[in-house]
Amino acid sequence: MNPVNSYQSDMYPDANGHFGPYGGRYVAETLMPALIELEKAYTAHVPEPQFQKEFKLLLKNYTGRPTPIFFAQRLTTALGGASIYLKREDLTHTGAHKINNTVGQTLLAKWMGKKKIIAETGAGQHGVATATTAALFGMACKIFMGVEDIVRQAPNVKRMELLGAEVVPVESGTGTLKDAMNEALRYWVSAVRDTFYVIGSVAGPHPYPVMVREFQKIIGKEARVQIMEASGRLPDLLVACVGGGSNAMGLFHAFMNDPIDMLGVEAAGEGITTGKHAATLCAGSVGVLHGSKSYVLQDEYGQINEAHSISAGLDYPGVGPEHSLLKDFKRIQYVAIDDYQTLDAFSSLCRLEGIIPALESAHAVAAAMIEAKKRPKDDIILVNLSGRGDKDLGIVGPLL
Amino acid sequence: MNRINDAFTQLKQTKETALVGFVTAGDPDINTSLKIITAMCENGIDILELGVPFSDPTADGPVIQRSSARALQHNVSLKTVLEMIREIRTTTSIPIIIFSYYNPILAYGIDAFYPDAVDAGADGVLVVDLPMEEAGELTSQWPENEFSLINLVAPTTPKDRMDKIVKSASGFLYLVSKTGVTGSDGLDTTEVKTQMDILRSVTDLPVCVGFGISTVEDVAAVASLADGVVIGSAFERLIEKNIDSPDLVQMVGLVTAEYKHATK
Repeated sequence: MNPVNSYQSDMYPDANGHFGPYGGRYVAETLMPALIELEKAYTAHVPEPQFQKEFKLLLKNYTGRPTPIFFAQRLTTALGGASIYLKREDLTHTGAHKINNTVGQTLLAKWMGKKKIIAETGAGQHGVATATTAALFGMACKIFMGVEDIVRQAPNVKRMELLGAEVVPVESGTGTLKDAMNEALRYWVSAVRDTFYVIGSVAGPHPYPVMVREFQKIIGKEARVQIMEASGRLPDLLVACVGGGSNAMGLFHAFMNDPIDMLGVEAAGEGITTGKHAATLCAGSVGVLHGSKSYVLQDEYGQINEAHSISAGLDYPGVGPEHSLLKDFKRIQYVAIDDYQTLDAFSSLCRLEGIIPALESAHAVAAAMIEAKKRPKDDIILVNLSGRGDKDLGIVGPLL
Repeated sequence: MNRINDAFTQLKQTKETALVGFVTAGDPDINTSLKIITAMCENGIDILELGVPFSDPTADGPVIQRSSARALQHNVSLKTVLEMIREIRTTTSIPIIIFSYYNPILAYGIDAFYPDAVDAGADGVLVVDLPMEEAGELTSQWPENEFSLINLVAPTTPKDRMDKIVKSASGFLYLVSKTGVTGSDGLDTTEVKTQMDILRSVTDLPVCVGFGISTVEDVAAVASLADGVVIGSAFERLIEKNIDSPDLVQMVGLVTAEYKHATK
């Protein structure tokens, strides 16, 4: 089967936000008018030349785009296989790809006349990025964050506070990303009339999955040109980690019609067989969580299971609906990398390349290292290094 | 036979407003829950809304979140809820509405749900995170009038959207009194009246109002505007507060009678 012909990315989503059987808007009626208003504003404003001009100028001068691609020569040599290139999203302002999307959404909020911003965060990268753009536009900002994540990603909590955001601790459930999103949705129901909810991934109800993809697709657009310049041809394989899936969609989208392989890397946590993982696409089933239909981790009665990962940004029992469709089409292959493999890759990148990756991104690096060994030397692998790892020193320190 | 229509017809004749009582099924445990529900039925609720516990109740405030968590500790599933309805149905003829998030229904199977729910004795379902745009998948095969999908109308729902909602609605409409989650404070009857007036202009269906109604005074105020008053978090708060009391069931019965009195 030729994967390129089977998945027509321009066909999705449909008018109601469906990616085939996935996506849609599964929310309380109170939120529906707000989502419809958002969809209208997104459709009307984002394509406008003035919006695009402002957006691109901010991406260039504020977030520091384009980010480079970097040939990881020592890592490549150490593995003895395919060449590994890194798309350096870790070099953006605030240190992760998340800022691309928050610049886009906060700009849209400004165009819509909203003055209050809320967001959920797991690792804190989306929270920091949202707090940053809220500060830039002079908007009030509340970030919902699980208590467990507040402990394990403490530096990012301090950053958000310095940027003027209020960090709201979420104690329900396991105190992780899922619970933060529950609470953000609850708050949004009460404040929907004047508040813009900046969702951080290609998840949630329509139009978020498509909107976040469109704001993140700059990653792949740049990378496609850069890799052509660097190597004279397209890569053979793209690799990105998948929690909700925004950095993966961001990299993959521009290559969707190219005849190349794509690998989405989920978190296997302590191992898929232990049940303590966040490998939604590899080990989940179809359900509805946080406003859209997609693969989720759940029991036979439809109760959502807790996810587990060393990486707070991947510690989520859902995934963006477009990934679910891409899995069904077999356009993207999804694999899972456990905590130990992740730490090993984290260490390798630190020592061989002088780059401290985010634990999320280290999952992608780990999968790329496995693939590189299997592939011939003239193959090219392009990895999305979605964020930097300073925030993870508290977790990694005692383990390495 | 349509128990929902019959109930509203009868209430109209006696000039009463429906008291709609919500509890989470299986809270604090299945047996006590069944006793609580029986006490509510015996003391005057006109419609029962039975909540299916869910791990991630994003439209609910802390009180119902905790009630859901307690029921889940007893592994209460949609299947359990249908079994409970079958038992409740042997002692009451009031309408029973299943109140659920969509995922437990999806996991149960949308094809099996309808016949099993009707067979157990339920009269309708309210799916809190299933707006009309997505409801077709669930309801497209249902025969009309036998089983209702209860639609929600929110304070944010504009008139043109209400128009569309009422076209596919049956049974009654559930008007959310305020922007917020269940159990929020501060009932604003002026806002309720504004939405009620618009809603009345687009439909003849009965309208029940819920969210944030907790005192007898609230009930009386809303009863003068609507066809039904929904009490949920207030019952759950009572259950939580008296969870270890031997008088819990009796207390729920007494409070139900007080609420019912305010609807007459």
